[in-house]
Amino acid sequence: MSTQLNAPVSRENIEALSQGRGEPGWLTDIRKEAAALAGTLEWPRPEKMRIDRWNLTAFGVDRHPELAGDLSQLPEEIRASLPQDAANLVVQRNSGAAYRNLAEEWKAKGVIFTDLETAVREHGDLVKKHLFSVVKADEDKLTALHAALWNGGVFVYVPKNVEVEVPLQAVLYLDDAEAAFAPHILIVADANSRVSYVDRVLASGAGRSAVAVHHSVVEVVAGPGALVRFASIHHLPESVVDLSIRRATLANDARIEWIIGDLNNGNTLSVTKSDLQGNGSTSDSKLITVGTGSQNMSITTHAVHHGLSSESEMETRAVMRDSATAILSGVTKIEKGATKANGHQTERVLMLSPKARGDANPILLIDEDDVKADHAASVGRVNEEQLYYLMSRGIDREVAERLIIRGFLEPIVSEVPIEAVREELERMIEGKLNA
Amino acid sequence: MATRFTVKGLRASIEGKEILKGIDIDIRGGEIHAIMGPNGTGKSTLASALMGHPKYEVTEGEVLLDGENLLEMEVDERARAGLFLAMQYPSEITGVTNADFLRSAINARRGEGNEISLIKFIRQLEAKMKELEMNPEFAHRYLNEGFSGGEKKRNEILQMMMLEPKIVILDEVDSGLDIDALKIVASGVNSMRSEDRGFLIITHYQRLLNYIKPDFVHVMMQGRIVKSGGPELAERLEAEGYDWIKEELGIVDETVGQA
Repeated sequence: MSTQLNAPVSRENIEALSQGRGEPGWLTDIRKEAAALAGTLEWPRPEKMRIDRWNLTAFGVDRHPELAGDLSQLPEEIRASLPQDAANLVVQRNSGAAYRNLAEEWKAKGVIFTDLETAVREHGDLVKKHLFSVVKADEDKLTALHAALWNGGVFVYVPKNVEVEVPLQAVLYLDDAEAAFAPHILIVADANSRVSYVDRVLASGAGRSAVAVHHSVVEVVAGPGALVRFASIHHLPESVVDLSIRRATLANDARIEWIIGDLNNGNTLSVTKSDLQGNGSTSDSKLITVGTGSQNMSITTHAVHHGLSSESEMETRAVMRDSATAILSGVTKIEKGATKANGHQTERVLMLSPKARGDANPILLIDEDDVKADHAASVGRVNEEQLYYLMSRGIDREVAERLIIRGFLEPIVSEVPIEAVREELERMIEGKLNA
Repeated sequence: MATRFTVKGLRASIEGKEILKGIDIDIRGGEIHAIMGPNGTGKSTLASALMGHPKYEVTEGEVLLDGENLLEMEVDERARAGLFLAMQYPSEITGVTNADFLRSAINARRGEGNEISLIKFIRQLEAKMKELEMNPEFAHRYLNEGFSGGEKKRNEILQMMMLEPKIVILDEVDSGLDIDALKIVASGVNSMRSEDRGFLIITHYQRLLNYIKPDFVHVMMQGRIVKSGGPELAERLEAEGYDWIKEELGIVDETVGQA
């Protein structure tokens, strides 16, 4: 692997960029160190897929937008599915925040919801304590590059015992073909707090034909007894590579619920991991994807059990069309000492084309005796008996097939906590199925 | 025009093995025909072949519904022409709710631009579910998923009631039903009896016919109808079994296509 650096990743450039944004010294140092690491580390090597052969050069240049006072300045297609009152919303456009709003009610309770760059300035100590504490900069070339280059982003902080009853929403979009687009999302839920966060990663206008790399890292820190529900839908165009690492670390009795829709049209690396550190911590991940065209996807869900009686559920469903490839890995790792841990995973793939490839790849790594772990995996076509049954009621073949395919994804789609987002997800799925 | 359903010389095979060896049935609107017979004699194959199950190949014969040849139609076209089969083993379909499925099926019949209004649909659905003593929550459950055997059968009858077909085939609808459920299913069927609707009831027990009185009874063996009669034939079968027919016709093994 070459260690040649792209221009925006040199230490000098990074330093200038960081200082230009008025970032504190500690952050500039993190970025500089990461930039150096990026030159020496390798790209991650997921199962059965060489992502280092993808076009991973177009990291773009810094394009910070103006902060909009209201949503009317945003493109219509982006606005359409946003909350009417624009409350509890962060919008990232290209390299920075375009809009941010949190209702007074939640501010008064000490909740923080803003873009990460702002949080660095306004809540430096809190951010410093947690930033890159879950996903380390020195893990591989991707995390290092991201630590050096991240922009915009989202920061959520929920104080102890506070339950945020409304979902916090973010929309992150690219509409400039040259722009760097690298959000970092940091969610900190203090003891016994509760929060739902829903985001969408999209392209609009010139972003639709951008040759770009979107790289993002999500870090979730869930304190004792905290519940974090994280839903994310990615819908980037064919020419954009999406590299997304999501990870949560869970204290005693904490819970994370992941709902992920990987609906990109381009190459995708998606790794969603729960680190079950605490006793009694639990994790549930649900993921859907629709592979179309000739895209390659490496999609991994991962649960690592350290805590006693920790429990994980993982369910992945993929519909594969055309000549798309998806490697769907589920990794359940139970560490020595994690007695009474319980891990369950399912990967199901529905193949719609003989040229498509969908590998369900369940991996159980168990280092403790007194545990439960199991997996189920299946790869199949639309069931002829089911088709016959629907058609026997007068529904034509095409509609019947569509009902079965939609039904296959529905148990996960129905988990998305905001109706407007769920409907948009359904439209994206339809779009991919009709393309 | 009064409903008329005619099966003439129907032969069908599965994986090259002939199961139906020339079936003739003629059903007029208002009539109830029962097909009885021991297991393995081709009764369910007849139901599947009429509906157009892809596993069965029709090699000869004709099936006419009001003059239209069903055998030239796809499964969905047969249904829209007015044929309904209540299946012995209905499929389970995850992610598709009972209500959505039924609405799609009704709208498929009505055609684009003439869809049933949501309110009217819900009102009808609720009324029919009440008649069948079904828990209203079943409307929002995924199609047949996690339903007990009896619930699936009721759900088949519910579909029949909602879709109002011209010809109804009930394939072993009584299997797996306790006596209370059987009565409910039978009263659902009876409520649908009308001059322009014909029924073909496939069963190997007489007990269903205590609640749904047939006009004609046919006995199937070796892939053929070997005896036909009125309701008294069913009663005699209940009392004496099938051996007397086998003796009368010199049949040793009544099954067809068994390994």
